[in-house]
Amino acid sequence: MTLAKTPLYDWHHAAGGRLVDFGGWSMPVQYTSIIDEHNATRTAVGMFDVSHMARFRFDGAGAGDFLDKLLTRKASVVPMGKIRYSLVCNDEGGILDDVLIYNLGEGDNQYFWLVVNAGNRQKIAAWIEQHLPSEGVVFTDHTLETAMIAVQGPKAIAAVQPLCDVPISDLKYYSGALGTLCGEPALISRTGYTGEDGVEVTVPAAAAIAIWDQILNAAQPLGGLPCGLGARDTLRLEAAMPLYGHELSESIDPITAGLTFGVSFDHDFIGKDRLEAARDAAPPMVRVGFRCADRRVPREHCTVHIGDQQVGEVTSGTFSPTLNQPIAMGYVDPAIAVSGTAVEIDIRGKRVAAEVAPLPFYSRPRT
Amino acid sequence: MDPSQLLYAKTHEWAFVEDQDGGKVATVGISAFAIEALTDLVYLELPKVGSQTTAGQPFGEIESVKAVSDVYAPVTGEVIAVNEELPNKLESLNDDPYAGGWIAKIKITDESGLANLLDQPAYEKQCQEEG
Repeated sequence: MTLAKTPLYDWHHAAGGRLVDFGGWSMPVQYTSIIDEHNATRTAVGMFDVSHMARFRFDGAGAGDFLDKLLTRKASVVPMGKIRYSLVCNDEGGILDDVLIYNLGEGDNQYFWLVVNAGNRQKIAAWIEQHLPSEGVVFTDHTLETAMIAVQGPKAIAAVQPLCDVPISDLKYYSGALGTLCGEPALISRTGYTGEDGVEVTVPAAAAIAIWDQILNAAQPLGGLPCGLGARDTLRLEAAMPLYGHELSESIDPITAGLTFGVSFDHDFIGKDRLEAARDAAPPMVRVGFRCADRRVPREHCTVHIGDQQVGEVTSGTFSPTLNQPIAMGYVDPAIAVSGTAVEIDIRGKRVAAEVAPLPFYSRPRT
Repeated sequence: MDPSQLLYAKTHEWAFVEDQDGGKVATVGISAFAIEALTDLVYLELPKVGSQTTAGQPFGEIESVKAVSDVYAPVTGEVIAVNEELPNKLESLNDDPYAGGWIAKIKITDESGLANLLDQPAYEKQCQEEG
């Protein structure tokens, strides 16, 4: 299969980015060092090409009602300019994807914008088409004609603001606005997947490299670096943000995944009855964090034990640059989902000592 | 160690082979190419002194932030020494994997595998092909 390329592919290639297959896209995993890129994001600015994420638009009088049915969050009551985290579930309550739903535009130009994981683009587009009413909703895929750049870190706003006519400081977390960035029409949102403050900007594909260069020129004097998916993974894992295909899948429901905040039960949506049942039942397992004293890193599928009992399984693990120790997330029996519980994790046939740790591993200092 | 005097496994380990006590001893480590490809090293598991190695089989592991990789023995023999300090100064591997960066010394018990190792020009050609 030929890998898709984002509008920034040529830049990544020229910059020496190590390109890997991610969700069917050729993406940079790192340019220099994951740890350096991670630390730049925690202390200054990290820039990420996230154009591989799918971007869908919904217009029409019926769009709100349709999205209400599709999403665990009630899209039709999201205030103008606001963004909500939501799940898309199948009839059994299994998670088809985790998404962000935006309410944008104004008056007659109001529309909804949906950002979907790269690897789920075709699946979710097909799911939408399958449930789309015959009239009243216009669904369009804008993934290929736009680029999306995440600018993250304590100095991200300082880097982007001089290039942008949207007053970013006035945008609250999980808000977005349409405006102009480097002279091009842009969607600016106060969102991200790193645990830091920052923005994600969506711009025309043809302008992507020029805009990337201008933001990078502004970010570099502040200590900023371009970052690959490697740092994106260590950053999101420290912030305990779930990743589809690891913590989330069709075989787990949002309640069990610890994402009840992304479900509103005040409307009808696909999978609702299963989620209500999950809400009212004892959870079969609980998503927790693990910290290890040793330096061997637990990875996905490593099993978690107490004595001769298996009590859970790791879904993601990495070496935390911030904490300077291995960290992981996974699911365990509810009985041991207590911070400080001593467990052992089987890493390639050898057990290492770990303890159940509170999530997130990292919270940014609030100013 | 002069990289041009070393032998290399296709799996990116190096070996410096010298005569000692009527036999051959190989000092072994990981190539600069592999260290650069791994980057962000966080853990190295050394083999145990006295353990047997088989050329082409794993005898240790090295872990980066992104992934864990096996370290393959370039020669068949018995581990007679390991670089105990190395796991505590993995960053030194980035500067020079050939001097202080040796992993183990292996007393070779079967020299037949040595012919499978590459000289430096052949190894560099392989690295260029891997990109």
